[in-house]
Amino acid sequence: MPTADVGKAPENTRADAEEQEAGGRISTAPREDPSVDVPALGPVGWARWFWRQLTSMRVALILLFLLSLAAVPGSLIPQNGADAFAVRDFKERNGTLAEVYDRLQLFDVYSSVWFSAIYILLFVSLIGCILPRSWQFVGQLRSRPPRAPRRLTGMPAHTTWRTDTEPEQVLRAARTLLRGRRFRTCPTEETGGPDGSGGSVSGGSVAAEKGYLREAGNLVFHVSLIVMLLAFAAGQLWNSEGGKLIVEGDGFSNTLVHYDDFTSGSLYDTDDLDVFGFTLEEFHASFERTGPQRGTARTFRADVSYWEGADGPEKKTSIEVNHPLKVGDSKVFLVGHGYAPVVTVTDGQGKMAYRGPVPFLPQESLGLTSTGVIKVNDYRNKDGEKEQLGFQGIFTPTYGIDAERGPHSTFPELDYPVLSLNAFHGDLGVNAGLPQNVYQLDTDKMEQFKAEDGDLFRADLRPGESVELPDGAGTLTFDRVEQWASFQVSQEPGEGWALAGATAAVLGLAGSLFVRRRRVWVRARRGADGVTVVEMAGLGRSESARLPEELGDLAFALQDDAPPAADPDGEDPDGEDSAPGQDAGRDAGESTGGTTEDVPAATEDAGPSSRGENE
Amino acid sequence: MNPVDIAVAANESLAEFSNLLIKSAMAVYALAFVAHIVEWVFGSRSKVARTAAALTAEGAGKSGGARTTAAGKGADKVSVTVRTSGGGTEVLERPKVVTRSAPGRRTGVPDGPGAAGGDEQGDLYGRIAVSLTVLAFLLHFAAVLTRALSVQRAPWGNMYEFSTAFSMVAVGAYLAFLVAKKDIRWIGLPLVTTVLLDLGLAIVVFYTESDQLVPALDSYWMWIHVSLAIVCGALFYLGAVSTLLYLFRDRYEAKLEAGGRPGAFAGSVLERLPSSASLDGFAYRINAAVFPFWTFTIIAGAIWAENAWGRYWGWDPKETWSFITWVGYAAYLHARATAGWKGRKAAYLALIAFLCFLFNYYGVNVFFDGLHSYGGV
Ligand code: HEM
Repeated sequence: MPTADVGKAPENTRADAEEQEAGGRISTAPREDPSVDVPALGPVGWARWFWRQLTSMRVALILLFLLSLAAVPGSLIPQNGADAFAVRDFKERNGTLAEVYDRLQLFDVYSSVWFSAIYILLFVSLIGCILPRSWQFVGQLRSRPPRAPRRLTGMPAHTTWRTDTEPEQVLRAARTLLRGRRFRTCPTEETGGPDGSGGSVSGGSVAAEKGYLREAGNLVFHVSLIVMLLAFAAGQLWNSEGGKLIVEGDGFSNTLVHYDDFTSGSLYDTDDLDVFGFTLEEFHASFERTGPQRGTARTFRADVSYWEGADGPEKKTSIEVNHPLKVGDSKVFLVGHGYAPVVTVTDGQGKMAYRGPVPFLPQESLGLTSTGVIKVNDYRNKDGEKEQLGFQGIFTPTYGIDAERGPHSTFPELDYPVLSLNAFHGDLGVNAGLPQNVYQLDTDKMEQFKAEDGDLFRADLRPGESVELPDGAGTLTFDRVEQWASFQVSQEPGEGWALAGATAAVLGLAGSLFVRRRRVWVRARRGADGVTVVEMAGLGRSESARLPEELGDLAFALQDDAPPAADPDGEDPDGEDSAPGQDAGRDAGESTGGTTEDVPAATEDAGPSSRGENE
Repeated sequence: MNPVDIAVAANESLAEFSNLLIKSAMAVYALAFVAHIVEWVFGSRSKVARTAAALTAEGAGKSGGARTTAAGKGADKVSVTVRTSGGGTEVLERPKVVTRSAPGRRTGVPDGPGAAGGDEQGDLYGRIAVSLTVLAFLLHFAAVLTRALSVQRAPWGNMYEFSTAFSMVAVGAYLAFLVAKKDIRWIGLPLVTTVLLDLGLAIVVFYTESDQLVPALDSYWMWIHVSLAIVCGALFYLGAVSTLLYLFRDRYEAKLEAGGRPGAFAGSVLERLPSSASLDGFAYRINAAVFPFWTFTIIAGAIWAENAWGRYWGWDPKETWSFITWVGYAAYLHARATAGWKGRKAAYLALIAFLCFLFNYYGVNVFFDGLHSYGGV
């Protein structure tokens, strides 16, 4: 093949422009135009330059990379949102470092200024890039495939042969064939010579395009990302989430005052709480009894009866770990469980001062060793003076003791329950007006009971047992054990939108990554010797290696209607002999093709590229 | 013995049988490994240097890279021999299609001949290696199946099970490519090597007795989310191997193109691999095809998390690293569509993304303790 690198004649430049048009808009990728790097002066120029940069593929890529990088520290450093205890612990252990981290918002990475900045920029970029493109694409859907470029031989895949069939007939057959394969087609009459020089040759071409679903999918995917983000944002603003711990037999009704804790988005209105309630009838938990996974949970089930509306009928159901209860817009999740020893306390006067289940919080999961406190506000000592009692306790469902861990539970079920208590008297501090943690005892103003021998008083009780407090201060009876379960009630508006967005994103992505968009042109002209020359070319994105194969198939099928004519004289068969004036131009085009990007559509960043032209 | 005990005993012996099968599979993989090594050794006897020829011969690759999919010039039509269903053959005349590769790429570089390098003995050992891999895969598959039967649930409830299933799918995908007549035997040696490592790690470090699941895992989402994660991981793995080899091969071709002389070992090994364009294309197609599934895996995980924990997304370490992996692959796909980032830079992104996937699996389970840390290490 001659590789003469002739300079381009003006008509070749025109042909190139046409070729570029042929490949234009086959991708939604924005054009990267390196020649406009320097912004024009003035604020408007700068703003436009900035906007161009922000919505370019390169910046999208950098932002994506930054986003993934920025997500890393959040997985390495404890986060307030996920585990506030771990954060406190970390701060205690690393003084100055923790301060630096705090400044950098490293304990709240995912709501930090810098993380938000990245994703907001990314989404601005996304909107700025995708929405205009969506309109363009709608326009493309209504327009026709671009007309065949002058030199089909310059396309990434092409073939040609000579036939005795009339050009019109070949074109008709080609159109039928392409339509049959669901290409969108468009015929063009062409007069003039193959080199555009206006000769005696006549014929025409068919332009066809297929695979619009690719761009559609790509756009749907990106737009779905925007929808999902908006849905999440809405969810943040209007969501609510409350926690409630309930002992077996107790009930809950969905109003603000009944929650143990409640958080909501800034636009949430607590009047929107769904009207419902439920009673925890029974809680079931079972655990692995044998083997290395002894103590691992196997089932959790909360049997509840619930009602909906002001006085709806009572219905029974179970809430399990993977099966929340849905009432109205709310979902009730089972999130925890534990034991609540039921105790009765009598005061120094022999009167009952307290009775009830006291939820103890598990400290570990394999044996459910739990801790809790009992606060007795309403109490008189043996002299009849008003005082308060407090107990600090450890509850072990299956008691065991060893030198290393002291008393602890060896199994999470109630095989040998023991309640161990320290007792205090004095002022609980509950009247000081400060909110108090019901699971902690503030012993600042309390004094620990001492046993007769002078040691600190301490009691280990089995269910049904009682203990006398020292000096006739009263008794404590460990009646029995109940179970409790904790629930999370959440309302997440925008959930449906997020799900719809996610589904559309996956479908769009599949369309965009599995469908190939490609164009095929067929041109048939009568050559100078009266024989018809058929030229076919295909153009796709460079990733589609199957294009030549498809073009071969199409050509093969077309040859049913346009059988190749015998070579009159065994010449170079490319059919170029029928268009001698074309050779130099074609070869020039090809010779630059290897090193530069003069076949724009074959590159992924399709678009008019001025790069290859004048080298 | 009451019926429950009998069932338990049966399950335990099934689990033991499964362990035995895993060890047998490893033994056979080891043999396949040896056979592959022999294949590569025999293959080095033949001195093929097609790449250098293609890159240096009269400026090919510079002169337009036009090539025909058909035989030499001068033939107007190419004869394609098609085997008909009856067993006979039929000769079709197909038009010749001239293709021009994308600009800016090394064009016309032929794929290497494969590990055997056209050496007959090498090829024999290569075939033996593949047969052994098939046998090992069957044992591997049976091991996963008996494990599933012994626990009566999906066999991917802890790290041991995840690891065994993961390498099984990787080998299965490789064999499926072979069945589909894809030229992918070059991946055999690295694949078998990593499968051996993975299984070794599984039985030595991660081994967990067969057991039931904790309640949070007991959901049909387990079938969807975890099995998809395994399939995505296994395919991403094949893509990553291809990307890595692309980087080596690309450097090799660049060196040849610049007129350099690669070392004898590199020359011998890399010469036999597919061309950098083929390796890159293979990696892209796999990664692009898996990306939608990976997206769906994450979404399925979020839906499951909502059911189990009452929130879609809580930036738990596992969730965070899935997200990082996802964004990493998205960046890779964007890089390929961005001028100036194709080729090597995009390949580095793909490798980083895969490392994130690996870290999400091994690193997060071992080092972090989030809600997902049921790992049972
Ligand atoms: C949230 C972040 C984003 C994600 C996860 C994402 C993901 C993807 C993926 C996976 C593809 C591959 C589809 C394909 O190859 O056909 C893609 C393509 C594309 N993305 Fe994004 N993208 C994001 C943001 C953006 C932004 C900000 C822009 C605009 C600047 C953008 C513009 C494009 C374009 C134009 C394509 C098509 C490229 C082509 O036609 O080859 N994307 N994106």
